[in-house]
Amino acid sequence: MTGPFLLLSDKDNVLVARANAPEGLEVTLEGGPVQLSRPIPMAHKIARHAIAAGETIRKYGMPIGIATADIAAGDHVHVHNIRSAYTATHALQDADGISAGVSL
Amino acid sequence: MSGIQGWLRKDGRKGIRNTLVVAYLVECAHFVAAEIVQRFRNTPHEGAVQLIGFPGCFPNEYAARMMERLCTHPNVGAVLFVSLGCESFDKVRAANAVDASGRPVKTLVIQKAGGTKSTIQAGADWIARTLAQIAEGPRAAMGVDELIIGTVCGGSDGTSGISGNPAAGKAFDLLVGEGAACIFEETGELIGCEEIMAERAVTPELGQLLRESVQKAERYYATLGYGSFAAGNAAGGLSTIEEKSLGAYVKSGDSPISGLIKPGDVPPKGGLYLMDVVPDGEVRFGFPNISDNAEIVEMIASGAHLSLFVTGRGSVVGSAISPVIKICANPDTFRALAEDMDVNAGDIIEGNRSIAEVGREIRDLVVAVAAGKQTKSEELGHREFILTYKSFEPIGPACLPGAA
Repeated sequence: MTGPFLLLSDKDNVLVARANAPEGLEVTLEGGPVQLSRPIPMAHKIARHAIAAGETIRKYGMPIGIATADIAAGDHVHVHNIRSAYTATHALQDADGISAGVSL
Repeated sequence: MSGIQGWLRKDGRKGIRNTLVVAYLVECAHFVAAEIVQRFRNTPHEGAVQLIGFPGCFPNEYAARMMERLCTHPNVGAVLFVSLGCESFDKVRAANAVDASGRPVKTLVIQKAGGTKSTIQAGADWIARTLAQIAEGPRAAMGVDELIIGTVCGGSDGTSGISGNPAAGKAFDLLVGEGAACIFEETGELIGCEEIMAERAVTPELGQLLRESVQKAERYYATLGYGSFAAGNAAGGLSTIEEKSLGAYVKSGDSPISGLIKPGDVPPKGGLYLMDVVPDGEVRFGFPNISDNAEIVEMIASGAHLSLFVTGRGSVVGSAISPVIKICANPDTFRALAEDMDVNAGDIIEGNRSIAEVGREIRDLVVAVAAGKQTKSEELGHREFILTYKSFEPIGPACLPGAA
């Protein structure tokens, strides 16, 4: 248990938030403590350790996508820095409910 | 003893509800059919008279077969078809199928019945007489091993795969162990799971067919340009279709997979079945299932007496014909939508209960609902229904290795 974050499988390189985690929260990872650079909503993921662009992302011990950028330990892991190995993800501006797809 | 008193139908199947369905056979007859159903609101029969229908004017074999299966579902006691008159739906074939099943059936054709008001009145009069008739139908004790249960997830978020879906999977393990037939589906949401799933098939040939069904889904969605993934899934923490798939996959539990069926195929005996919901052949008619209720309707057409619906973001739907038990994976959503949710699997996230405990609660609730307890969506009056165009090839013998 890493604070409010769950490790679902030893093979994983992401942790899952079991509650909303505020920005600035200190989380102890294997490589040492990190501070969350943004709030992490419940069920979102952070990097368990540094992940290089092109690496496979693992959750439940299974591949869930590919990193599209270098990701630092503790960073939010989501549609902005990983992609599907199958079909592209259709996402509106996530979490805050403001749609990037709608012109204002 | 399960305590379930089923409605015994002439084909030997047993239902857990005794519903009269009003089915419009083209969108042009939808309003008239809906008004007939409306006449029974605020009466003791509210909830028992339900609206279903098919909107298209052009013929479709899948829709014809689905309508027959739905209208002869064991939860259905009688059927009123409402036709405009000039649509292509084969109303004679549909009515003959219902009649052959031993159920009361009536077809009203608006163009011949004098129009809107006359048809509504004729329909309401027929229903009033028929409700009294079907209430006398024979009852019979029903075991858990006679139940068919479907599972679907909708409005998924990152909690679905770690609480609600594993708990539904645990309930499926218990129910399969008691001899029930359980159906999981949405091959478009099993992308990335095909290899681990194939290993659970009861024969290698079936395993290969399971793999191919997911590969078909992958090709189909690639052509469409979208995965089975809504914007709300991403807001809820899911980043890719394979992440959503792995979370969805666990609601199948750990039982061996006994067969691969397509919509309308009834499982031949107890066990766990995958329903292949992605059409065969070239991409036609658009998305395989345009929203959650289309999947629920397909499992009902395959005989599901009730469905387990796991949600993270918070769906409020129920269904016509077969009750829906809503399992909320996300504790915040449960608190926000408690009036719509039957089971709080969010307890698992918050550390209050184990997956096994919530799985047992779901299993017990399945039996209670089969014995007559109303689900939240039933109490609230939810009776959603959707049926659109598709095309399928029949399944081959390797899909059901255990069938006699």
